[in-house]
Amino acid sequence: MDTGISLIEIGISHYLIVSAILFTIGVFGIFLNRRNVIVILMSIELMLLSVTLNLVAFSSFLNDLTGQVFTMFILTVAAAEASIGLAILVTYFRNTGQIMVEKMNEMKG
Amino acid sequence: MTTVASGLEVSLAMSQIELDLNVVMPEILMAIFGMLLLVFGVIRGKNSLRLVSYGSAIAMVFVAYMVLNLPVEQENAFQGLFVNEWFSSFMKVLILMGSVISIFLSLNYLENNNMNRFEFPILILFSTLGMMIMLSANDLMTLYMGLELQSLPLYILAAFKRDNLKSSEAGIKYFVLGALSSGLLLYGISLIYGFTGTTSFETLSQTFASDENISIAVIVGLVFIISGLIFKISAVPFHMWTPDVYEGSPTATTAFFAIVPKIAAMGLIIRILFGAFADLIEQWQQIIVLVSILSMLVGAFAGIVQDNIKRLMAYSSIGHIGYALVGVAAGSIDGVRGVIIYLTIYMIMSAGVFAVILSMKKNDRMVENISDLSGISKSNPAMALLMTILMFSMAGIPPVAGFFGKLFIFQAAVESGLYTLAVIGVLTSVVAAFYYLRIIKVMYFDAFEDKFDKIQGKSLATIMTISGIFALCFIISPDILFSTASEAAQSLWAE
Repeated sequence: MDTGISLIEIGISHYLIVSAILFTIGVFGIFLNRRNVIVILMSIELMLLSVTLNLVAFSSFLNDLTGQVFTMFILTVAAAEASIGLAILVTYFRNTGQIMVEKMNEMKG
Repeated sequence: MTTVASGLEVSLAMSQIELDLNVVMPEILMAIFGMLLLVFGVIRGKNSLRLVSYGSAIAMVFVAYMVLNLPVEQENAFQGLFVNEWFSSFMKVLILMGSVISIFLSLNYLENNNMNRFEFPILILFSTLGMMIMLSANDLMTLYMGLELQSLPLYILAAFKRDNLKSSEAGIKYFVLGALSSGLLLYGISLIYGFTGTTSFETLSQTFASDENISIAVIVGLVFIISGLIFKISAVPFHMWTPDVYEGSPTATTAFFAIVPKIAAMGLIIRILFGAFADLIEQWQQIIVLVSILSMLVGAFAGIVQDNIKRLMAYSSIGHIGYALVGVAAGSIDGVRGVIIYLTIYMIMSAGVFAVILSMKKNDRMVENISDLSGISKSNPAMALLMTILMFSMAGIPPVAGFFGKLFIFQAAVESGLYTLAVIGVLTSVVAAFYYLRIIKVMYFDAFEDKFDKIQGKSLATIMTISGIFALCFIISPDILFSTASEAAQSLWAE
């Protein structure tokens, strides 16, 4: 369809690049962040969502529903995972009164 | 006419569902038992730990009995999402046994250390259910769901002593790194799905068998999946969490971590590498060889400087996983048999060692330094003797059980031509023998300081004794385990 406006054709590779960038941001967010555990939880979520984007893009590209079914599973598990992470974080906060990553050195390593 | 045909279809579909349900019946029953026990615990309120623990143990023994009654041949369910054969049945019985043992190990510890909450055995039960699903996974989707069902209760178990700083810190560390590893695994899965168009193990292996030029993205995906799984068995380079989590978690949880989840994850690695990716062996073999060498080295050398016995056991388990991976790297049916034998022996040994660690108690306080064991051969001669047998077995000194585990692993490696790997394995096990022998030296030759409190209850002493006797008497009839393990390994190849 020619509308007169030239648009870039958005193909599978664009989705893959976006999701690869998101995934990398997520991984770096976990390792570079020295401040707050909440940011780590957000990074984890970002990683899972980049995978979801990947799966949905592939699913649409391959005309196959498996990827979308998988996505629903991942969303459910991500919710459960975030709730458990926050619960553990609350117990940690009760013990120390702070959630700084750099102060988590009770055990060496 | 059409109604008859559709009626027939419906009845066919119904009988298909019944067939499918037969295959997953142990898992379904396990989930139902878990939920019933949870409701029971909530209604009964406080002081139901003991009853719920016994309930979970009985449920698991019952489920193990059901698993043993399943047919030995390969059976698919739910259009190939779920599979069962003798290999998975054997591994399931093994992990159920391990979970029952760790429930009995933890009872007194939980009651004495202000953790008298009935959720503990239930979390173990659900985690075990996740492991069973993992071991039967025949599709990347089932694999992921099983893996998460296994991991989520483990995060809670690590932070179970919630008023303790170390325990909640261990929980956070385990959670963050565990979620990272699931992320890596998932990214790998998405790449594999995108470039092959399927998540089923069978279709994947057919694709790789027929396709000559495999896309580089598939290899990248395979590497991501392997790194996600390597984290779960705590092999180098994804081992950073192990010492901290082992030290920080309540000892009862550490015992469970050391005994059970690794066996399940190892079974899953075998299933995915020899099932879905069997034709990519050239690609994954190099990775597994490297990981195995690094794990053996780190396990042997980093363990030398440890003072805390839980930390020492963490490094010891990293090393043992390295040895087990030698068998995977061999890539042969003998290698898999070796891994099964090794894991079985390792499970029983570490159950015994943790029974000893859980009975290290002085003046009503748990102690966990190696120096606290000094001279206990005078006050607790029986315990010192059992610990000595177990340490010899861990170090792999003949004629105790641990030696045979290593023997079969290295034999398989040599037969597959992996000489370097076998030589490094033997050398590192000599280095690792240092810290096992040091414990024996501390127990027998160091000055006697303070005696341990009397061991409460019978379960710790019983588990210790059984495990010690198993290690010592394994040489009398090793054939039972050997033949079962070879049948299990063969069932993985039978198509």
